[in-house]
Amino acid sequence: MSVLLEVNGLAKSFGGVQAVRDVSFSLGRSEMLAIIGPNGAGKSTCFNMVGGQIRPDRGTIVLDGQDIAGKAPRDIWRRGVGRTFQISATFMSMTVCENVQMALMSHHWRTRALLPLASRLYAEEAAAILDRIGLADRRSHMCGVLAYGDLKRVELAVAIAHRPKLLLMDEPTAGMSPSEREALMQLTADIVRQEEMAVLFTEHDMDVVFAHSARIVVMNRGAVVTVGTPAEVRENAEVKHIYLGGTLEAAH
Amino acid sequence: MDLSFFVNQALTGLASASSLFLVASGLTLIFGVSRIVNFAHGSMFMLGAYAAATVYGPIVSALGPAIGPWLAMLAAAVAVGLIGVVVEVLLLRRLYHAPHMLQILATFGIVLIVQDAVVLIWGYDQIVGPRIPGLRGAVTIFGQRFPQYELFMLFIGPVVFAGLWLLLHRTRWGTLVRAATRDREMADILGVDQAKLFTTVFFLGAALAGLAGGLQWPREPANIYLDTRVILEAFVVTVIGGLGSIGGALLASIIIGLLQAFGILLFPKSTLVLVFAVMAVVLMVRPWGLLGRPEPQAVSDLAETKTAPPAHRYAAHAFAVALAILLVLPLFAPDYVVKLATQAIIFALVAFSLNFIVATGGILSFGHAAFFGLGAYAAAIAVKSHGASTGLALLAAPVLAGLVALGVGWFIVRRTGIYLAMLTLAFAQILWSVAFQWVEFTGGDNGIVGVYMPGWASQTGAYYYLTLAFCGIAVALIWRIMFAPFGYTLRAGRDSALRCDAIGIDVRRHQVLAFALAGSAAGVAGGFFTFLKGGVDPSLLSMDISADALIMSLLGGVQTVVGPLVGGAAFTFLKAYIMPVTDQWRLVLGIVIIVLVLAFPRGIVGFINARSGWFGGAKSEAPVASTGEKLA
Amino acid sequence: MADAMLSVRGLNAHYGRAHILHDVELHLARGEVVALLGRNGAGKSTIMKSIMGLLPRRRGRIEFHGRDVGPLRPYQISRLGLAYVPEERRIFAGLTVLENLEVGRRAGEGSADPWTPERLFALFPNLGERRRADGARLSGGEQQMLTVARALMGNPQAILLDEPSEGLAPIIVEQMANAVKALKAAGLSILLSEQNLYFAHQVSDRAYVVDRGRIRYEGRLDAIMADENIRRAHLAV
Repeated sequence: MSVLLEVNGLAKSFGGVQAVRDVSFSLGRSEMLAIIGPNGAGKSTCFNMVGGQIRPDRGTIVLDGQDIAGKAPRDIWRRGVGRTFQISATFMSMTVCENVQMALMSHHWRTRALLPLASRLYAEEAAAILDRIGLADRRSHMCGVLAYGDLKRVELAVAIAHRPKLLLMDEPTAGMSPSEREALMQLTADIVRQEEMAVLFTEHDMDVVFAHSARIVVMNRGAVVTVGTPAEVRENAEVKHIYLGGTLEAAH
Repeated sequence: MDLSFFVNQALTGLASASSLFLVASGLTLIFGVSRIVNFAHGSMFMLGAYAAATVYGPIVSALGPAIGPWLAMLAAAVAVGLIGVVVEVLLLRRLYHAPHMLQILATFGIVLIVQDAVVLIWGYDQIVGPRIPGLRGAVTIFGQRFPQYELFMLFIGPVVFAGLWLLLHRTRWGTLVRAATRDREMADILGVDQAKLFTTVFFLGAALAGLAGGLQWPREPANIYLDTRVILEAFVVTVIGGLGSIGGALLASIIIGLLQAFGILLFPKSTLVLVFAVMAVVLMVRPWGLLGRPEPQAVSDLAETKTAPPAHRYAAHAFAVALAILLVLPLFAPDYVVKLATQAIIFALVAFSLNFIVATGGILSFGHAAFFGLGAYAAAIAVKSHGASTGLALLAAPVLAGLVALGVGWFIVRRTGIYLAMLTLAFAQILWSVAFQWVEFTGGDNGIVGVYMPGWASQTGAYYYLTLAFCGIAVALIWRIMFAPFGYTLRAGRDSALRCDAIGIDVRRHQVLAFALAGSAAGVAGGFFTFLKGGVDPSLLSMDISADALIMSLLGGVQTVVGPLVGGAAFTFLKAYIMPVTDQWRLVLGIVIIVLVLAFPRGIVGFINARSGWFGGAKSEAPVASTGEKLA
Repeated sequence: MADAMLSVRGLNAHYGRAHILHDVELHLARGEVVALLGRNGAGKSTIMKSIMGLLPRRRGRIEFHGRDVGPLRPYQISRLGLAYVPEERRIFAGLTVLENLEVGRRAGEGSADPWTPERLFALFPNLGERRRADGARLSGGEQQMLTVARALMGNPQAILLDEPSEGLAPIIVEQMANAVKALKAAGLSILLSEQNLYFAHQVSDRAYVVDRGRIRYEGRLDAIMADENIRRAHLAV
């Protein structure tokens, strides 16, 4: 499996607090990689540096041979990185279909067009994407009235609209019921397989993490503790210690 | 200039700075805890001057000239403080969670009410202040005579600053105020009753403005223009100093006081421009002012605004009827009504273009008059100074307004929320003062007159159709753009800038273009207004016009497409029919604004729509307006 | 539980459209220390915020001293004697340590021995040394002590501590544990949320295990420590 994303020596501090220090990991094409860790471990910071929302102090983020560290989110998106947000960031005053159409309009550089009717542009393409996500019957609902789980699916539909090489998902199942979680992650796994997309995600639901990631990056206090398969991570003494606390002796 | 003159000028500047600081410190204190930008603060200053004028005589004759004057000033301050309490308890307390636009308009309503109340109580004539016993003379500084009262004023600012500092840092009340300024909710969690705290802060803030007004009275007669002048200066000071920062207010007061004192020597006609230019530069370098902090919550105003197309067939019917009436109006209506209708069409376009950037673009502009006025002046100057044809003049209007809006837009979209609104106001005021002070070019106070359409187009009916056609085209274009990819992108940027950035959209760039487009449309309206009225004057660029445009949107319904059109027309006719009946138009308007803000924040169309769903968006959907919800 | 000081029944809460808490029931008796255990995102903080009236959308009954606090504003709940220490600490920047304490000050009902800054500095010696320092300039550990001390200034009878050990160095965690024990000895009821099982074990009488917005288990800490299944399912990786 060839490498799609190579993160090397990533670091970021906020007002003297080192949120992320020297984080390195890599991600292969079509791989699903999870980042886990307790609160304040630096997962989100790491994640947002890959997406461009936070500018790293140091380190490189190489996507397909090009360093994207410090680039604006919109440039990173144009290089084939889609993402979802933990607190869904959708256009509440638009329909589900229009949300996806926005991404397509942007992809085709049509956002400054003054005369065509936006609701008709790329409508079929958007509908096809919604079909795959299982939102076909919600396409003309306003995002503002959608159930929470559906909103998460809209996030996903928007994120994959321009067929990215890499999909970033920040806590994709937060706030969902167990059955919704399973369904969403299964769907993601299917799409990833068909489209040969790679996925990098943070997640606090361990069932989801262990069921759906090929490898796991465990972080604590801004640094990578270990990287490994679910089985390896589960048996790692340091990981146990992080999650259950106490002294190191107690964990060993 | 020699040293003595220099020192004298500096002292004069510092005396003014003192007065400015008193007002600005109250404004910034109130903003700190309540996050409300209080336009009525200048009114409190004016009331202070009038209150002092009222109680001065009786108190001095009762208590004698030694302490009487000072007690009179204090009594005025307390009285104004109590008025501040009334305003807070009855009005602003209900708006703490409302969008900025509603808060600003509500305080603007107070401004209007106070203006007419002052006229009703004290009349139009200014009241000249006394020379305070004991401070009548002058001292000689470097060979120049300097009034004692000015010297006294010079010290008042630092004294009040010291007093405020002690109050904020050495009392429990001050500690609570500072805590609430940092984190209201945490103070709440710790058992601090915010409502009570806010009321006391409003008392102090208003009392400071009242004191400043009282102390200003011996320097400047009490008059009905004090409020606007002072509020603008106070805004500039608080924005430069950083909203919420007392120290910043002091620093900025000194800067502005000196700038005015010396600016008048360097650029005798452009002190206002200088002041606003300094503000713009400071905000470019330090977005939150000299000593300000980033605003904690970035409130997305009107976040869930819907701009769905008219959905119901009744709406189509209503349109057809409205259009038919517009088309046949000149055939039966008297000239006066046709002229009024022409004006209504013009203002409908102003409100419509403003609402395009406010509701669709999420850019709260308090300076839309700038582009309306620019268009008007461009047309008038083109005809009068350059002998341009009317067609060319009407073309120059949107072109100039659009170009300036493009430049201004580039500046302002780098800021958000209330700072953005303040910047738009600042730019409008710069233009206003240019129009006022650059007499050779703009005709100054008198403006430019005698600009009429030639030949057939000068007839009332013909001009009506001409206006209807061109303003109609502008409305139709913007309407279409709202539903084009560009309009959708603006809404997308307003709904979630985060998401836009994550799908490759540069929100600011679109906002700048939208701002230019709206400015250009307002320019069209301005051009037609010039020929309707036969001339221009600086009032077209004033804050009143900017506020009127926002009120029109609010009246018609901010969150609907047709609302601003209905509001613009309704406002124009209401004003025309109410003004002759009463001298208190401002009082009426102020009350209307407050009723709208408190009871009908959705406006006429929004109200009808909520009941019928005629104008788009089915009733069954989630509550249309974040506005209404936030108020509840 | 009849003698419960704080009782929560049928609590449901939402963030926006997300249903976060499902039928939460918990009780806190006088003088008791109870832990809420769970991973991050489990719903522990949301339970505390709901109790304090900080979430707009919640259903259920929350009683403090038998009084329904559902309709009350946070400041009113606080004045009844229920304090809350948020996870983010929320120290007032620009205010000194003493001033931060002053904001929390409120005479407790029938409190014979009210908290004073001096008593609190005895409990948290580090704070005493920095009493005039700007709250924003304190270290993480000092801020955590200050936020607890600030809540105590209101002389509460019960206190909700959200993640008191999070992100602290081991020696500070130890101090914090001692402080919690001291507060228990002084008769306070404490509900604390924790991810650190060992910290919770040191200080608490009982615990509720929270996962995905529901209470999954209730019992003594020893039992939870010993039960591999509970740990695996709801707490560990």
